[in-house]
Amino acid sequence: MSYRIPMGPYHPALEEPYKLEMICEGETVRDARLHIGFNFRGIEHLAETRNYYQVIALMERVCGICSFIHTLTLCQSMEQLAGLTPPPRALYIRTIMAELERLHSHVLWAGIAAKLMGFKTMFMTCFEIREKVMDILQAISGNRVNYSMNRVGGVNRDIEDPHAILLMVQALETEMARTIIPIFTTSATARSRCAGIGVLTHARALSCAVVGPTARASGVPQDLRRDAPYAAYPEMEFDVPVEPAGDVRARLLVRALEIMESCRILRQAIAKLPPGEFHVPEGKLSFAAGTAVSRVEAPRGEVMYSITWKENARNPSRVHVRTPTYANMPAVRWMVQGARLADTPLIQASIDPCYSCTDR
Amino acid sequence: MNLWKRLMCACRRRSPWLFHMNSGSCNGCDIELVASLSPRYDAEQLGVRLEGSPRHADILCITGPVTKNSVGAIRTVYAQACSPKAVVAIGSCPATTNVFIDSRTLAGPLDKHIPVDVFVPGCPPRPDAIIQGIAQAAAILAERGMDTPQAEISIAAPQAAVHHEVQP
Repeated sequence: MSYRIPMGPYHPALEEPYKLEMICEGETVRDARLHIGFNFRGIEHLAETRNYYQVIALMERVCGICSFIHTLTLCQSMEQLAGLTPPPRALYIRTIMAELERLHSHVLWAGIAAKLMGFKTMFMTCFEIREKVMDILQAISGNRVNYSMNRVGGVNRDIEDPHAILLMVQALETEMARTIIPIFTTSATARSRCAGIGVLTHARALSCAVVGPTARASGVPQDLRRDAPYAAYPEMEFDVPVEPAGDVRARLLVRALEIMESCRILRQAIAKLPPGEFHVPEGKLSFAAGTAVSRVEAPRGEVMYSITWKENARNPSRVHVRTPTYANMPAVRWMVQGARLADTPLIQASIDPCYSCTDR
Repeated sequence: MNLWKRLMCACRRRSPWLFHMNSGSCNGCDIELVASLSPRYDAEQLGVRLEGSPRHADILCITGPVTKNSVGAIRTVYAQACSPKAVVAIGSCPATTNVFIDSRTLAGPLDKHIPVDVFVPGCPPRPDAIIQGIAQAAAILAERGMDTPQAEISIAAPQAAVHHEVQP
């Protein structure tokens, strides 16, 4: 006999409000239904009432974890309409910020995953290391969460002392290689808790069209930084880690390897930082009528912005956002089928859900 | 004032338990709240612990601009927390609805629905500011324990939904 367990929307295991209804037989989950929309703030509609300065501040607050990526994608699509090309230094600064954001997001995820595994010491270690990433972000942008770095045609702040940032990145890389990576890749606790649960097969990953680390952990080799490079990524050398297993451990490994790749990109970008201006000259911008689309690889996967401008309008007439969690969320249903009830929080967390992005 | 009551108040001030509630926030304040419990900022030195159930909590930490979907849950959770209790509104969103002002899916700000004791402004506030807000709320909590019980809001009759005028 099956019974339903409603979980959420306000639940201690969930960081954000969403509701998961699980249909169980004994301790085994047979099916799951997801209810979202508790975070719906109507941002896409609000964006139609904001001008091109205000819309950047608004879109930064779609998500506090990947706030740089959202403004980056928005500014890239607005630059297409305005016909601007940011100077090379701005592209490098954007790459550095995007990789730092990926680092802090992955380490945050590792901390939360460790907490859900019942590995509290690791949670504290991850958050201690994350503070060091936040130090670098703060040294560059002056802020810890909403960086307000992007503008149409460049960035708002320069990296004045790249050498100091490079030293901080190297210290961080050493520490990550010493603590987080070995524990998550070799520790028996992490392995026994994660291996073989929440499996998303390669075929299912393709049919659900999952993106980001969730796809790469199911053996789908996709990464927009390599496949459709933006900012300064064409000049960077890096590998895209892919794991074929598709379970929670594979997602853990992919993210752990990505942390090291991010450090590698950061070192290259800071070393190669070109001199010159970091934004196009000030002046009133005019936007061509039409629609522009931009895609960026966020820490959780692909983010797409489509922005439409009408002739001589002050405000955009439509801003559409597609976030990675929107693509990854339906896959959770296939991951939890047949799983034990106690594993479901970890399986849900393994796609790194962000419902404030998804609901907007 | 008897000795027992004074002892209770001192204990309340030194070990307030938190319940964190996201009412449509962008996650910015939420990660800063978690960061303030992490080793560098160490809010646990105040005896603070993040608790899973509002029935065990003394301080409710509410983030976000209060979406219409979360109003009912906020009122329920406020009623479930035992008196004396204090409410900390973290970030600019619960105070003013911040950049989301004018949105038709919001029912904020928070003090329309439940009484708020401490506002921690900022978008998002730094962990230091969050810890200061929690410490202030703990002092309020201790004082409140001395007085008469707090007025409870009834969850049976929620306030009428905020009607936004649709512009032609």
